[in-house]
Amino acid sequence: MINLTVNGEERRYEGDPEMPLLWYLRDEVGLTGTKFGCGIAACGACTIHVGGTAVRACQTPVSAAAGQPVVTIEGLSPTGDHPVQAAWRDLNVAQCGYCQTGQIMQAAALLNDTPKPTDDDIDSAMSGNLCRCGTYPRIRAAIKQAAGLAPKTDQGGRL
Amino acid sequence: MIQDLTRTTGASAAPEPDSAITNVSRRALLGGAGALVLALAVRAPAARAADEPKKFGADGMPRGWRDDPTVFVAIAPDGTVTITCHRQEMGQGVRTSVALVVADELEADWAKVKVVQAHGDEDRFGNQDTDGSRSLRHFFMPLRRAGAAAKAMLIEAAAQQWKVPAAEVTAENGVLTHAGSGRRLGYGEVAQAAARLTPPDRAKVALKDPSAFRYIGKGKIGLIDNRDITTGKAIYGLDTRVDGMLYAVVARPPVFGGKLKTYDAAEAMKVPGVVKVITIDPPAPPVEFQPLGGVAVIAKNTWAAIKGREALKITWDDGPNASYDSDAYRATLEAAVRKPGKVVRQEGDVDAAMKGAAKRLEAEYYVPHLVQAPMEPPAATVRIAKDGTVEAWGCVQSPQAARDRIAKRLGIDPKTVTVNVTLLGGGFGRKSKPDYFVEAALCSKAMDGAPVKMTWTREDDLHNGYYHTVSVERIEAGLDAKGMPVAWLHRSAAPTIGSIFVDGADHEIPIELGMGLVNVPFAIPNLRMENPAAPAHVRIGWFRSVSNIPHAFAAQSFIAEMAHAAGRDPKDYLLDVIGPARVIDPVKIGDVWNYGEDPSRYPYDTGRLRKVIEAASKGIGWGRELPKGRGLGIAGHYSFVSYTAAAAEVEVGPKGEITVHRVDIAIDCGTQVNPERVRSQLEGAVVMGMGLALTAQITFKDGRTVQDNLDTYELTRIDSAPKVIEVHLVPGGDYAKPLGGVGEPGVPPVAPAIVNAVFAASGRRIRQLPIRDKLSA
Repeated sequence: MINLTVNGEERRYEGDPEMPLLWYLRDEVGLTGTKFGCGIAACGACTIHVGGTAVRACQTPVSAAAGQPVVTIEGLSPTGDHPVQAAWRDLNVAQCGYCQTGQIMQAAALLNDTPKPTDDDIDSAMSGNLCRCGTYPRIRAAIKQAAGLAPKTDQGGRL
Repeated sequence: MIQDLTRTTGASAAPEPDSAITNVSRRALLGGAGALVLALAVRAPAARAADEPKKFGADGMPRGWRDDPTVFVAIAPDGTVTITCHRQEMGQGVRTSVALVVADELEADWAKVKVVQAHGDEDRFGNQDTDGSRSLRHFFMPLRRAGAAAKAMLIEAAAQQWKVPAAEVTAENGVLTHAGSGRRLGYGEVAQAAARLTPPDRAKVALKDPSAFRYIGKGKIGLIDNRDITTGKAIYGLDTRVDGMLYAVVARPPVFGGKLKTYDAAEAMKVPGVVKVITIDPPAPPVEFQPLGGVAVIAKNTWAAIKGREALKITWDDGPNASYDSDAYRATLEAAVRKPGKVVRQEGDVDAAMKGAAKRLEAEYYVPHLVQAPMEPPAATVRIAKDGTVEAWGCVQSPQAARDRIAKRLGIDPKTVTVNVTLLGGGFGRKSKPDYFVEAALCSKAMDGAPVKMTWTREDDLHNGYYHTVSVERIEAGLDAKGMPVAWLHRSAAPTIGSIFVDGADHEIPIELGMGLVNVPFAIPNLRMENPAAPAHVRIGWFRSVSNIPHAFAAQSFIAEMAHAAGRDPKDYLLDVIGPARVIDPVKIGDVWNYGEDPSRYPYDTGRLRKVIEAASKGIGWGRELPKGRGLGIAGHYSFVSYTAAAAEVEVGPKGEITVHRVDIAIDCGTQVNPERVRSQLEGAVVMGMGLALTAQITFKDGRTVQDNLDTYELTRIDSAPKVIEVHLVPGGDYAKPLGGVGEPGVPPVAPAIVNAVFAASGRRIRQLPIRDKLSA
């Protein structure tokens, strides 16, 4: 049996300890904001925080998260208003949106470690997160906005 | 009507595991049962005689269009306006754009607008096949009429309540006003009465003057799904959860046309969580949207299904494509284009003009197979009720096709199949082919109707795709003494999408020929286009921009080569080859298709093509001095009845490493409904075009796809994407002009612009994509 803390909630898991967190979170817990994109840590769609560090849930067995806080996109902010989320909306970053939860989790971890990232910092932190729609220019702009390096535009609200 | 609308599983309404609960909660949200009050019978467009002339645009699509307000609009007593989006959201912003068109004509308060996603039912909604860059092109006017008609009904209901002439009632931003008496009513207060009225005759529906548009053309509305997407609440096909759901993956033949020989499921059944292993029959040709067959593993979670599949012992009969090898096939295509092929357009006398030319030039270009690889792989969930009715959920561009194919395979009436559409985590053409819905249905059937979610892993997506064609394009030109072309011979050899519909088809079909092979607007007196045969050895399917990619890559690269041979500036030369601004009948340049649009409404306007080329080149600062190792390249192209041009600034380093510093892309797509989303589509097109220019390729060895996953199928990442992408929109605003496409036209000019810039930077001409490390040698 494995004891886990997911988004602040205590959980017990008795299945295959080698099951990747990705499938545990999605199929067993029902947290589908963590996305499947490749299964080999090549796309970043499944990025979550384990013990405060961004990891790929598809390559992290449930057993590796025992005793550590697991935070998914659903738990990043109680109101959904983390500065990264707000900047993503302000700049209408998303196209299909599928990869964006992983992008946001990766960006939030980046800003946690590097509050004022340079372009090179953004490149090295975010290059593991693929976006097939090609939203990279807006991802870069949104990270800078969330870091306070660029002003809000008020483009992404309801009007 | 209430029943139907509440059946639609919108992205914002699917977190509940059971659709019955979803329905209840949505009724509660909208103010209780009976809240969806604009509820009348569906009116189809007037029937047309069978001998009527050719139909164009939305009229020419299966099941055409609808503009019935009661199909698209529902208003609750609290004033909430629910707009049904019948086109699928895959990143192009259609849920926002469809809603803002209806809301504008309706004079709805955007803060009170909600969007629900239509299920697959083209009899009800009109054509729903979301591809070909045509959602707004085809539905802008019907949706405007639907919104305007709903507004007229609200006005009429208020007028009746107040006992005043309707002409004295105005509707503005969700409020009805009688100026004479100062009386006011919210939309929700008269919605029920309005629902009892007959919708007005479409010919009499008054549309707004564009100067009164509140949302259309403004580009100031945020994405309707922004909050759900950024908080993880947005529901995609793979996120479907239904009570009692099982999870399946399929081991499919690794070679197209292969069949299962033997299998042993003993070890797979020992994997904890695996419930059942079944076989799926291979398709009878043509393959169309049928499953490829194989062995399905059904389990209690996705991980168990994947582990179970790994434990299967299978032998395959690889079939007739067992030796397919993409390197060898390239040689086959090269041999094909070096001999005459089927003539698909001819003007003047190319052979005579070539003989008389001062200079002759020839080149061959290669674009490999690609796969769409949407970030969300294909996924569908199906359950079959005891009474035999089927309910499906998933990411699909063509929900009616999913419905029809499930029904056909199960031998039931399509009307007993409901296909609920989730958000799509990208589509790019892959999700127009609903083979995975049929697989899910077969698994559900094998489990006595229990809901089964079919997951395609990324390996499945790459190994068993509907691939973008592979092509060799050979162009020969004769130049006169001034370096201008007098003859143009273009041979295109590429397996056709037609091969999935007609077994053995080996010539490009009109939709492929009309994607920049025959329909070039060049001011060249003698032209011949030929299409040698090219048999398909894999499933060929449409990929964003389709055959425009190889055709534009070849033609726009070759014109830059001609410019070099003529000693001319590539941009000036390109404009000269296009010639003066003029309006061309597409039929006269060999294009009988023209994206299904009426050639008189959508003629080929070379002035518009010239303008976008000028805009892109101005944007990037064409002609400016550049640091050593850098160069600029340009390309322009007509596709999806829009005009686009890309200009790239590229650096080639000492070891041949390529950096794309900046791309300027310009589009003239006519009226822009949502300029903000036009920009985002063009930004994305630059990144996708760059990926196929630099890194992406699918190759085959022994009939099998070589690339397994996103580590070897290399797509553009943020660190290599251009730091600057500037989008230039040729001003819209002339609503008398018809709309062009937006989703696809951005991609085709990007690769040739980059390759032309590489030449300008390094003097090295790339003719085979992707470039990869070709410059390091």
